[in-house]
Amino acid sequence: MDIFLAQLLNALLYAAVLFLIAGGLSLIFGVMRIVNLAHGSLYALGAYVMAWGLGRLAGESGSEPVYLIALLPVAAVAVGATGAVVEPILLRPLYARAEEYQLLLTFGLLLILEDAMRYIWGPTPLTASPLWAAFGTLHLMGATYPRYNVVVILLGVLTAVLLWAFVFKTRFGVMLRATSQNRRMAAALGINVGGVYVQAFALGCLMAGLAGAVIVPIQGAVLGMGVDALVLAFVVVVIGGLGSLDGALVGALIVGVVRTVAIQYFPELELAVLYLIAAVVLITRPAGLLGRA
Amino acid sequence: MSESEHSPDAAVTLAPARAVPRIRAVPWFAVALALLALVLPFLEGVPLIGWLASPFQRIQLTYGLVFGIAALAFNLLLGYTGLLSFGHAVFFGSAAYATGLLVKYLHVSSMEGFLLAGCVSSLVLAAGFGAVCVRYTRIFFSILTLALSQVVWALALKFFWITNGTDGLRIPTPTLLLGLVGVPDDKVRFLSFTYYYYVLAVFFICMVALGMIAASPFGKALQAIRDNEIRAQFVGIEVWRYRWSAFVVSGAFTGVAGTLFAPLNGLTTPDILHWTFSGKIVFMTVLGGFKSFSGPILGGVAYNYLETYVIKTTEYWQMLLGIILVALVLVMPQGIIGALGWIIHRRSGRR
Amino acid sequence: MSLLLAQGLRKSFGETRAVNGVDFRVEPEELISLVGSNGAGKTTLVNLLSGLLRPDAGQIAFDGADITALSVGARIRAGIARSFQLVNLFDQLNVLDNVRLAIFSRDGVTRQPLRLAERDTRARNEAMEILGEFGLESKWDTPAAGLAQGERKLLDVAVAYALRPKLILLDEPTSGVGTREKGVIMEAIASVVRERFLAAVIVEHDMDVVFTYSDRIVMMHQGAVLAEGTPDQIRADERVSAVLLGKG
Repeated sequence: MDIFLAQLLNALLYAAVLFLIAGGLSLIFGVMRIVNLAHGSLYALGAYVMAWGLGRLAGESGSEPVYLIALLPVAAVAVGATGAVVEPILLRPLYARAEEYQLLLTFGLLLILEDAMRYIWGPTPLTASPLWAAFGTLHLMGATYPRYNVVVILLGVLTAVLLWAFVFKTRFGVMLRATSQNRRMAAALGINVGGVYVQAFALGCLMAGLAGAVIVPIQGAVLGMGVDALVLAFVVVVIGGLGSLDGALVGALIVGVVRTVAIQYFPELELAVLYLIAAVVLITRPAGLLGRA
Repeated sequence: MSESEHSPDAAVTLAPARAVPRIRAVPWFAVALALLALVLPFLEGVPLIGWLASPFQRIQLTYGLVFGIAALAFNLLLGYTGLLSFGHAVFFGSAAYATGLLVKYLHVSSMEGFLLAGCVSSLVLAAGFGAVCVRYTRIFFSILTLALSQVVWALALKFFWITNGTDGLRIPTPTLLLGLVGVPDDKVRFLSFTYYYYVLAVFFICMVALGMIAASPFGKALQAIRDNEIRAQFVGIEVWRYRWSAFVVSGAFTGVAGTLFAPLNGLTTPDILHWTFSGKIVFMTVLGGFKSFSGPILGGVAYNYLETYVIKTTEYWQMLLGIILVALVLVMPQGIIGALGWIIHRRSGRR
Repeated sequence: MSLLLAQGLRKSFGETRAVNGVDFRVEPEELISLVGSNGAGKTTLVNLLSGLLRPDAGQIAFDGADITALSVGARIRAGIARSFQLVNLFDQLNVLDNVRLAIFSRDGVTRQPLRLAERDTRARNEAMEILGEFGLESKWDTPAAGLAQGERKLLDVAVAYALRPKLILLDEPTSGVGTREKGVIMEAIASVVRERFLAAVIVEHDMDVVFTYSDRIVMMHQGAVLAEGTPDQIRADERVSAVLLGKG
């Protein structure tokens, strides 16, 4: 029973982080029809910024590490700001061209970001585990579980709710959805499409950055984590439906559960099983479980 | 109807010579390059180009030609069919792994055996993956090829008792031409001379074959699908079947490149199955110019020099590749061949 | 026997009944104009006949065989070809290749990867001949994207014609071009239809064009056939003039 509970929480933890990454990817695609191959690298960037910031602050002031969770939004915003710079400079010139070029450009961006992180933070992994340790453990129905992990799950749920409210309840959300439905029509209605694009892209990047920032106290920041995350995020959006936020949520839950089970019982085939599920979904429901055709 | 009504000069300009399109002759500089490659090993003492003929440089060129085959095969999909695969590493890598496993388990040492195994493995993989992937186009196709190729990468990594994991499989020097050329004593001499010619010959065969496919009615149908899927359907072309065929052909030729790569590198590691290697094949093709047939060859060769020389100067060569790719996309989308064409065009325009 | 006979065709898009119980026939060697206001269901009917859409209900017979369930490719092989209202061409291929591709596909040689397209003299000559019939031969090596609008419209028809169909469906072959070019396009179409004994269904808005070239006119309104007959009968039909003058 206790193992089951711990595994369930692990699955939820994993799903929460995946939702943040894949939700951002899906949001950007939904609005701009761009698949950002550098998305995983932005997630890694969030992790590095968080770990680096924690290291600096904890080292100097000796302050209570629990409060340092306030660094999460800082790291996320830093990544969001990166996105806000990238979109107008690099992506905007390409909207009139074939979409392959956008894919190529974001691939170039991925190569640049991966090495930039290696240049800045070096090849040794950064750790932020003091923050994780500071939260202590939780005793739940006979199981011990890290309290920080529960915080991450709650953060994931909170982000999902906030995002939903943002997209479906705010004025900006209306513009976002209008632009994603029909860009030309939105422009004709007086919506500043360029502005919507920057903000959507930055928001998607911010979510990736937040995902990286929340995960780093648990597993550290390692080179290559972004590329691995990107491929998993693809599995999530393929299952859920590219461009759909609900789909990203459902896909993240499925992948979270499957991955936890797989690690327990057949670790060699963990990734293969995930891709297999994605392939089956694609063959039976090409637009994903919740995607628009 | 009266033609002169709307095209008054049609009858005048319609000289028979113009009305009969001819196959464009092979350009003189391609012939010159081919001849240069053919006599290269004998030019070591020649001033000015002697350095290019050194064994080290010849091995570099061999690598470049191998990448050239991969990029040419890849471009049958990107340039001709309009499908951007981000999973071509799987065909390159699986062929190299097939070679490695043939050595490990069956102790085969014949290069032709390698080629057969490599071709068959990439062909089978491409047939299976293609059946799933070609149902999608554009970004969905790219993601799907990427994800499926990652399955194979993950398997190669996890089944380390078969594949040796990250250590990879050793590939010894093979015998060539069904054992006619035995295992040599001097490995550098073998790679820079015997194997150089072997790769050159295979490269030439692949280039001609792919060139023919591209210029065949089948190739035209692929281009038609690329340009307008709906209309292709309405001239009676079964779109997904042609896409699948292109995918399989492309995968198989990429497999040839992967097989040739294996003995050259001497080692097969999961790196060449990873999707970032797929990205490198994409990079070569775009670097050379994917709107032309021969661009990818230049791209493969140029990419290899870039990697060799940039790795020497900086640890951060990936960043440099990224910057070049971004710059290519933004200012030189036609690649090297497009830029060359532009320069030649401008010079002849001035005259 | 009619060349094409469609009965009880229905097609809805959500709540909209685009084609709502249409009976439609085409006799051999007949040139029919399909007229009606925007949204009358003309293009949907053409899409149903050509196989781009499947009907919700109804049957289509062609040349004596039921083709309702046949794919686009099978219908082309049976002898139905079409052009498009918004020109659909292979933009990066040149004019000759656009037509030649239809010939290759028709003859089944697109399945052959190991012969050179340029070496096929017969296909080239036939393609040049077809371009000649449409007055496009001097443009043979221009990429389709580089043609003027009128030439693109002609090429779109030429590609369909190169399939050597028995029935050719032309969706607004003269839309978006000037009056003078309209005449050129219609002359070209009419002459190939007459000379090769084709049947043609032409969606057209310009009533002058329609009255000049049609053997029979079918008027659609709100997804149904409102009237049909010879140009003289249609001219005299009050319902038609009511719709045409916007009173319908």
